[in-house]
Parts: sequence; structure tokens; C-alpha cells
Amino acid sequence: MTPSLHLVLIPILPLIGAAVNGLLGKRFSRQAVATVALAFCGAAFAMALWIALRFSSLPIPLTEYVAPWIRAGSFQADFAFYLDQLSLVMMLVVTGVGFLIHIYAVGYMWEEGGFYRFFSYLNLFMFFMLTLVLANNYLLMFIGWEGVGLASYLLIGFWFTKDAAAAAGKKAFIVNRIGDFGFLIALFLLIKHFGSLNFADVFGTIVENSTQYPVETAGAGLLTAIGLLLMVGAAGKSAQLPLYVWLPDAMEGPTPVSALIHAATMVTAGVYMVARSHVIFDRAPMALTVVAIVGTLTALFAATIGICQTDIKKVLAYSTISQLGYMFLACGVAAYSAGIFHLMTHAFFKGLLFLAAGSVIHAIGGEQDMRKMGGLRDHIPATFWTMTAATFAIAGFPPFAGFFSKDEILWRASQVSLAYWGIGVFTAFLTSFYMFRLWFLTFFGEYRGDQEATQAHGGIHATGSRAGVPAPHGHSGIHESPKIMLIPLAILAILSVMGGWIGAHRFELFLAPVFSSHQTAHLVALTSEQAGQITAMEHLEWVFTAISVAAAALGLYLAWLLYRDRPQLPQRIANALGGFYHAVANKYYVDELYAVLFVKPVVDGSTSILWHGVDQNVIDDTLNDSAEAARDVSDSVRHMQSGNLRSYAGWVALGAAGVIAYMIWMGTR
Amino acid sequence: MPDNYFARYLPLLIHFLLAGALASAIVLLSWLIGYRKPTRAKLSPYECGMVPVGDARQRFSVKFYLVAMMFIIFDVEAVFLYPWAVVLRQLKMFGFWEMLVYVGIVLVGFFYVWKKGVLDWGKATSARRGEV
Amino acid sequence: MNGAAQVTPQAVEYIRILPEIVLTIFGIIIMMLDPLMDERRSQRTLGAVGLVGALAAIVATLYQSQYPGVGFWGMVNVDSFSVFFHFLVTAVTAVVILTSYEYMEVQQIRAGEYYGLILFGAVGMCLMSSAVELVLIFIALEISSISTYILAGFRRRAAISSESSVKYFLLGSFATAFFLYGVALMFGATGSTSIAVIGQVLASGQPPVLAYVGIALMFVGLGFKVAAAPFHVWTPDVYEGAPAPIVGFMSTAPKAAVFAVLLRILFEAHAPGRLWLIWVVAALSMTLGNIGALVQDNVKRLLAYSSIAHAGYLLVAFAALPANGIPAAMFYTASYAAMNVGAFAVVSHLASAGERYVTMEDYAGLGRRSPLLAATLTIFLLSLIGIPATGGFFAKFYVFSAALQANLVGLVIIGVLNSAVGAYYYLRVIVVMYMREARQEVPVSPVPLGLGVALAISAVATIYLGVLPGRVLEYATRSAGDLLR
Repeated sequence: MTPSLHLVLIPILPLIGAAVNGLLGKRFSRQAVATVALAFCGAAFAMALWIALRFSSLPIPLTEYVAPWIRAGSFQADFAFYLDQLSLVMMLVVTGVGFLIHIYAVGYMWEEGGFYRFFSYLNLFMFFMLTLVLANNYLLMFIGWEGVGLASYLLIGFWFTKDAAAAAGKKAFIVNRIGDFGFLIALFLLIKHFGSLNFADVFGTIVENSTQYPVETAGAGLLTAIGLLLMVGAAGKSAQLPLYVWLPDAMEGPTPVSALIHAATMVTAGVYMVARSHVIFDRAPMALTVVAIVGTLTALFAATIGICQTDIKKVLAYSTISQLGYMFLACGVAAYSAGIFHLMTHAFFKGLLFLAAGSVIHAIGGEQDMRKMGGLRDHIPATFWTMTAATFAIAGFPPFAGFFSKDEILWRASQVSLAYWGIGVFTAFLTSFYMFRLWFLTFFGEYRGDQEATQAHGGIHATGSRAGVPAPHGHSGIHESPKIMLIPLAILAILSVMGGWIGAHRFELFLAPVFSSHQTAHLVALTSEQAGQITAMEHLEWVFTAISVAAAALGLYLAWLLYRDRPQLPQRIANALGGFYHAVANKYYVDELYAVLFVKPVVDGSTSILWHGVDQNVIDDTLNDSAEAARDVSDSVRHMQSGNLRSYAGWVALGAAGVIAYMIWMGTR
Repeated sequence: MPDNYFARYLPLLIHFLLAGALASAIVLLSWLIGYRKPTRAKLSPYECGMVPVGDARQRFSVKFYLVAMMFIIFDVEAVFLYPWAVVLRQLKMFGFWEMLVYVGIVLVGFFYVWKKGVLDWGKATSARRGEV
Repeated sequence: MNGAAQVTPQAVEYIRILPEIVLTIFGIIIMMLDPLMDERRSQRTLGAVGLVGALAAIVATLYQSQYPGVGFWGMVNVDSFSVFFHFLVTAVTAVVILTSYEYMEVQQIRAGEYYGLILFGAVGMCLMSSAVELVLIFIALEISSISTYILAGFRRRAAISSESSVKYFLLGSFATAFFLYGVALMFGATGSTSIAVIGQVLASGQPPVLAYVGIALMFVGLGFKVAAAPFHVWTPDVYEGAPAPIVGFMSTAPKAAVFAVLLRILFEAHAPGRLWLIWVVAALSMTLGNIGALVQDNVKRLLAYSSIAHAGYLLVAFAALPANGIPAAMFYTASYAAMNVGAFAVVSHLASAGERYVTMEDYAGLGRRSPLLAATLTIFLLSLIGIPATGGFFAKFYVFSAALQANLVGLVIIGVLNSAVGAYYYLRVIVVMYMREARQEVPVSPVPLGLGVALAISAVATIYLGVLPGRVLEYATRSAGDLLR
């Protein structure tokens, strides 16, 4: 019996922070609010570190019961937290990156109204995210899952005076509901068949009764259904095809939010969930294939859109979607540890990219359009150098973090199908291209912003406050961000460079107890079947690596050629491509398509049939008439009786007739 | 045996149909073949020999309805006394007390109606002074 | 005929209708005080008497729970099932009275009968949940209905309120007639009006067609009362016109009681042929309710459509197996009562004199003008959506999970999709509150004590059911066991 780790404190600490700031923050000074937020978030990080340090001495996996929760009949779910290698990694990423982003946000949001509200939401988000990661059953995980959605909704809509922000918040929420629909049904199926939602119970039952739950190679069975439904949930939360549409819009939120929620942590929850459910997916090859295909296509699709975006944050958003696609590809080829490895490195470099982008936006007073940037290298050197590290990391250049994780995913994918690998490498090339395009456009060449405004020193800030992005500081012109913002940048830059040095192999060994203890016959069979191939390909690994690095280099060269060397070329290419370019620039018109396909029919139907047809004509006619009738209530009563009340009674009678007819039919059958 | 179940009521149905057919036949026939010669005097409503004044479809004061409603309510409640009286011996004291409670509640209703001025014909709407 | 030999009821049998007796006595006290007091000053006193009555009924319910059993010649049955609904109804009554305090003052409605009628209505609702005999159920149904008909028309100066009342009355009587006719046919088919006897007869062999028709007719009558499609047409008009606290009352307490009756009739009496009937009605209610709500701009109307949809979700539980379905349905009624009474309490506060401010536009910027009120309403709306950590989530969760255990995959998919659609319009209210500027300043008066207490109770109940649903669910599961025994 080991002493209790008090795992519960890790999510609870940020919750206390959220409560303190939310309830009392209005009366606090900004310093006090920041102190509270940082203290509680930092305490959670410290606890996570403490657990990590003594991890090797703990009996893993470890479950800590906090309180009984629901016990209804045989079904039981408790407030209980679960610690194993996987949740440790997730916990460290969430608290660590989260803490850094908290620090950054203090500087970024300093001048904003609603400072306390922002940090209250941010801490609330941490609470839900940590609950999600540490839960020992699907139900508690789902609570966290919905909770992060709620916090994200609050934070996207933080600048609620902006219409776009409000709409984006709503869109994110609703699209996620569609994903949750799949998740929920998967949960119901689990309850029905396993009578439990505990990870240990469900997975234990599956593993022990391998005859009852065989690998569903021939056709779809229960586990395939559950797996596919879980994937629907994951696709919603992690912005995969076809549910990715909310993430780019979510960039309306403050930049630290984009970094924390829409890059480093929340959107990776889907990947975590799939990895956590690997016992189910391992036995459902069809579901795994779907995961892999969705991941691959999303990676490619989002990367192509990323090329044509001009808003610096939108580029990063599509890049996030694309990188999440890589993670799903990894899970889809049963290389879960590679997926989680990429999740971790991605959290470092994408978090950094967003924070650096925020620093850029901050520096030039709220401008987000890359066409109006340029030449910022000398003005904001610290931001430039950290962003450079992150760009090289995401592009996959060795020895930066992204190289190791992406290379591992591509290598593992190549063992399953060369098609995955091919598309993956092409996507890597696109990634490198659009990231360096961003890099060149932002930091090199001439400043293309409003020259007069810059010379007028400070005039540029006018746009900033209008867009609702940080208001002007005391000083003027293009300026570097304050230290409090630069320190997190520096730390993340170090992690982006060195985060991958641990090596995919060693990382896999660390996570092996989670993923390989349930290694199934299927996977063994798969590997033995392809063993010959794989050993044949073993020596090819270096070739594959070389090709992907070459693809990244090609992307860099092309970006240099187009945006540095001959900047007039892109326009000519765009003109030459014509319609295709427009389709890509307009994100393939997916939003419009959804509007026409789903939103409009429902709203129209509701409006024309139910509102205009039934409601207004039948019901409201009476109301309009009764305005005239208000003079004499008895008149209006007479009127109603002669008019629509009969139609109401008609509806009831019609329904009754239907019910009676059905029941007579049932009775005489 | 659902079919037989309804079949048992078939004679009743036939009876109703016949009665309905006969009644409508009589009315219809007299309307069709009857000799009509309407005059003004014939068409005027019969009012005990008085000359009719105005339209019959005029409004009555809501007071009439109120009183009619009160009458029905108390009348129906009083009807309960009859079955009670029949079994009073079996019910013994329990029946006595129960009826006392019942009459008590009816009396409270009466008290309420009285105090609210419903029975006060002359007071017009002043009973509702707070609202109108 | 076990009661034939024994003519005089024993004292314990009076305990089994104690909450009803208590409510009646307090109702009568209000009725007698009302004409004696000055209307201008009596309102607070009468409201206080009503509140004490409701609280006393809660105490009586708790006391009553110690004496389970049958009373009055097999007419009422006190078991944990009836105690659950007694508690629910009386608690809702108390909260509604607390809400009405301020409302009546602002609307300048001076009528003590108001509180009396609420108590009398509660008598009917309580009786419905413990009655195990169809004629008594009918009488209880009428007591509750007639009270609500009158209460719906209490804003006498507003034509729309009278319209609401008259519509409700006429259609309601129409529907009750269906129910009564169903009772008569049931008696014809089985020779008894006692649910237990009917259950034995129906379970013993192939039930006659008459029994099927009887069930159908009773279902129509009760379906109307809970606003299930296609018997829902009255709901938007009636809810729009009736006083806001009363809408909160009649969308929860009578509904809960009628659902209790439905549970007894369908499960205890082994009603035949119910599955697809309920399937279709549930699917229709959810879909029509949610789609209808999408375009509403009047908040009361929106909540009316929402209540149709929620009746649909609840009926999903009725299609499930009794062992899971009954506790799920009971949990749903409880959490729906908590969140809906709360939501209408906020609506009635904001409505202001003459219920002027009830459109979406009037809620704009509420987040800034009255953050606490907006936050409270947000809790209720989130619960109506079914977000975790609120009662609404577990309510839906149990209902759908029960349905899936009965293999009703289609119905569950319809339900979950519907709750995704539903999120849209509740969210619209939240978005308007927090993210829109008010075009015109709508006055928000400070929250008075009574309303504050009412809101606090509803909010705490909503969150309690969302965070610690275990105890309530356990109780409901036990009650289901009692009911099925």
C-alpha cells in the first residue's frame, strides 16, 4: 500500500483558482488575479512533476478512489483517477504547457477588460482537461470532455462584443455536439454490453474473453461499432474531417486560448481517447482503418488549405488540423505511442507557434494579415528566433522535435501501406512550404504594413483596439513583447528543439506497459505475416527518413523561391490556377456546403412549415385577431372557438384516431 | 374472441340505425312534401302572445351565469347526501363525521361565495374592486 | 374486495393521505382569509400561509413515508414511488409560491385565490401519484387540471392570458373525456378499475381488444396533459399567455404527476401493445418540439416547445424495460422540474409589469447588467441542453442508456440527434445574454429574497443532480422495485 498521491488535487487546484477568480476576481487587482491563476495552475504542475519524479517507485497502473458517485443496480461509476504512463505524459503536457501559456497570457491580456474572467475560464479549462486525462472511467472522461468544450466556448467568445467571436463560439459548440452524439452512443453500447464504463473493467473483460470478443477481421461487430462511434466523437473534438470546420473559426478567441486549447491540449483529447481505447480499436481493424484514412485525408486536406490562407492564425489553425491528422494516422496504424509522441512534441512547437504569432500580432498592434507584415526580424528578434525554432520543428528538420515524432509516424505508416506514407510525405512537404511561407512573409523583406501609421508611431494601434486585440501600450511603434511573454517562448523553444531527443523508441518503451500489455493475436499475426517484408524494409528506414527530410527541404526551398526570391510569382501562379486556387483559398467552400446541406434545410423547414405554416398561420392569426379582440374578451373567446381551437381539437382528435386505430390493430392481430 | 365481442352489440347498432333512419325520414319527408306558406306572423317567435321586441340573441349579464353555476355546484353537492343517507347505519359514527367534514367544506365554499359578493345582485362589479 | 368487511378506515390510512389533507386545510384557510382581508395588504400574508402549507406538506410526506401501504379500500397506495412524486410536487409548489411573491406584486394581481388554487392543484397532483384506482386517478387529474385552467388565466387584464386559459380549459376537457372513456372501456374489459386487478387480468391471458382501446384512450388523455406530440398543439399558446410562475408550475408538477400515473398504468397494469405507440409518440415529440423551438423569439414560447421536446425524451424511458426505464423516468422528472421551475422563475422576474419583456431581444446584455441572474439562467439552460455536471445530463444519460439496453437503437439515435439540435436554441439565449448589446435598456430590478431563495433551491438541485446523482437514482431504482413487485 503506497501512500495516497492525492491525484484529485491536480484537477481540483485549478478549479479552486477558477472559483476564487470567478467569484472574487472583480474586486482584485490585476496582480492579484494573475497571482491566483498562476499559483493554482503552477501548483498543479508542481504536483504533476512530483509524481513524475517518483513515478518509477509507484505501482503502475494506479487507481485512486475519491468518492462513490453513481451506483445504480449493477452499473457503477466513481470519482476515481487513474494513473499510468499514458495519463502521466498527458498530465505533464497539459499542466506544463498550460502553465507556460498562463504566464504568457498574463502579459498578453494585461490591458484587456475582463482580465479576471479570462483567467477564471482558463483555470476552469485546466480543471476539465485534467479530469478528462486522469479519469478512470468513460463517464468521468465525458464530463471532462464536455467541460473543456464549454470552457473553450466561453473563451472563444471571450470578446463577445465581436459578432464573429460569438458566432464562432456557437459553431464550435454545435459541431462538437454532433461529435458527442457518437461518443455518447458508444458509451451506451459499452454500458449495455459490459455493464461498466471503467477502463479497467471494460478492457479487462475484452482481453480475458478473447473468444467472446475476437478480432473482428471478418465484417463489423460490436467492437467495430463502438470504435467507429468513438471516432465520431474524437473527430468532433479533434477537428477531423468532416467535423473540422469549427477550429479555424475558433481563432477568433484570444491567442493564448488558441495556443492552449486549440493547439496544445483540448484538440488532442480525441487522440488521447482513441489511444486510451486502443484495446477496442485493436480488435476492430475496420475502425482502425477508418481512423487512419480520416487522419491521412485530414492531414492532406487541411495542409492544402493552409497554403492559401493569409491570416497568420488561420494558417496555424489549418496546420493544427493537419498535424492532428498525423496523430490519428499513427493511431490508425496501431502506432499509438508514436501518436502520443507527436502529440507531445506538437504541444511544444504548436503552442510556441501560436504564442509567437501572438507576440507578432501584439508587436504590430493587432494586425493578423501576413500580407501586411514583413521585415519584422530585426524589430522583434526574440520572437523571430523562437518562432524559427518552432518552424523548423514543425517542418520536420532534424534535430528538432517534430522530426523525430513525424518520422516515426511515417515509418510506422509505411509498414501498413505505402499510400499512407506517400500522402504523409507529400503533406510534410506542404507543411514545410506553408510554414516557411509564413516565416518569410512575416519576418523577411520589407514591412508592408501601413507605413504612415508606423511612422506616426502608435497610430497603428488604432486597428488593434478596433479588432479587439490588445490595446496600445504606453510605448509606440513595432516593439518586442514584454519579458513575461518572452520567457514562456524561450522555454517552449528549448522544448521544441530538444523535446524529441528522448527518441521515439525510448518513448515507445516507456509507454509499452500501456499499449503492448494487451497486444492482441491480430497484431502478432499482422507482424508475423509481414515480418519478411518488414525485415526487408528495416534497412530502408534511413532511406525513408531521408526522403521526408528532403520533402521538408523542398518545401523550404519553394517557399524561399516564391516569397523571398521572386515574390511576384505567387500571384501569377494563382492566376494560372484560376478556379482551383479560388476553391482552395475559400477552404473548398466546405462551410458554404454545410450551410446549404444541413443548416438551411432545417432552419427553412422550421421557418416555413412549422413557424409560418402551423405556428403563425394557425396560431398567430388568432393572436393577431385577438389584438382587435382585446377590447372585448368575450368577443375574443367566441372568435377563438370558431377559429383555430377547432383545429387544435382536430389535431388532438386526429392523433387520438391514429392511436386508437393502431391499438385496435395490435389487439386484433 | 374479439369478433364475437362486438357482434354481441350488433342488434343495438341496428336499433340505433333504424331509429335514426326513421327519425330523419319523418323530418325530411315533412320538409319535402309539406305545404308551406310563410307569413310574417307565422315566422315571428312565440312569446306567450306578447309582441316580440328586438333580437333574441342578445347578451345576458354574466350574473345569470354565475348564479346558475352556483346553483349547479351546490345542487350536485347536495345530491351526495342521498346515497349517504341510505348507508348511514352501516357507516356508523365514521359516516357522520365524514359527512360533517364534507358539509363543512361546502359551507366554506358558501362562505367564500357570499363574502366575495357573488350573491349580492346590487353590488355589481364592486366585489372585484382590486382588479378592474 | 378486501375492504368490504372493514367499513371504517383506520387512523393509519389517514396518514396515507396526510399531505393531501394538509394541503387542503391550508387551501381552505387561504380561501376563508381572502375575503376577510383587505386585498391591498393581504397578498403577502396569504402567500406566507401558502408557503407554510407547502412546507407542511413536505414534512407530512416525510412522515408519511414511514407508513407505506394501501389505504381506503385499495384506492391509494403509499410506497417509495408515491413518496418520491409527493416530495417532488410539494417542493415544486413551495418554490413556485416563493417565485410568485414578487411576480404578483409586480403584475399587480391582487387575488388570494391564487395561492389557494396552487395548493388545491397540488392536492390533485399528489393524489395522482399515490392513487391506484382509475376513478380516483381521474378525480385527482380533474382537481389538478381545473386549478391550472384557472391559474393560466390569472393575468386578467391581458387578453392573451384569458385566451390561454380558455384554450387550455376547452382542449383539456376534451382530453380528459378521452381518459374517462378509456377508464370506462378498461372497466368493461377487465371488470375492475383497480390497477392491480387490471394488471392481473391483463397478464393472465390474451387481453380483449377493448383493453387495447382503453389503453389507447387513456394514453391520449394523459399524453395531452404532458404535451406529447401529436397532442401538444395547445402548449405554445397556453404557455405564452399564462403567468410565468404558473407556467413553471404547470410544466413540471402536473407533468410529473401524470408521468407517475402513466408509469403505473403502463407498467403496473401490464398495458399491452405499448412499445411502438410510445416509440412513435416519443420520436414525434422530440422532433416537433425541437424544430419548433428553433425559430422562436419569445422565450416563453421557446420554453414551451422545449417542454414538448422534453416530454419526448422522457417518453423514451417508457419504451425501455421497466427495471431501467422507471428509475430513468423518475430521475428525469426530478431534474426537469428543478431546471424548468428555475428557468421560469428567472423569466418571471425579468418579465416585469404586464410581462412586457419576454422576447429574446429583451435578454440582450443581461450578462452585464445582472451577471448573477444571467449565470443562474445559464445553469438552467445548460442543464436543459444536457451538459455534464447538471441534472439534465444524467437525466438524458439514464434515459438513453435504458432505451439502448432495450435495444431501441433507432429511438436513441433520434433522441441524441435531437438533443444536439436542441443545444442550438438554448445556446441562442445564452449567446444573446452574454454576447449582444442591448438595443434598448430593459430594466432589471434587484432580486428579492423569496425569488432568490427559489432560484438558489432550483440551481442547487440542478447541480446536485448533475454532480451526485447517485442517491436519487438509487432511491428511484428502489421505488421501481416497489412498483413492479
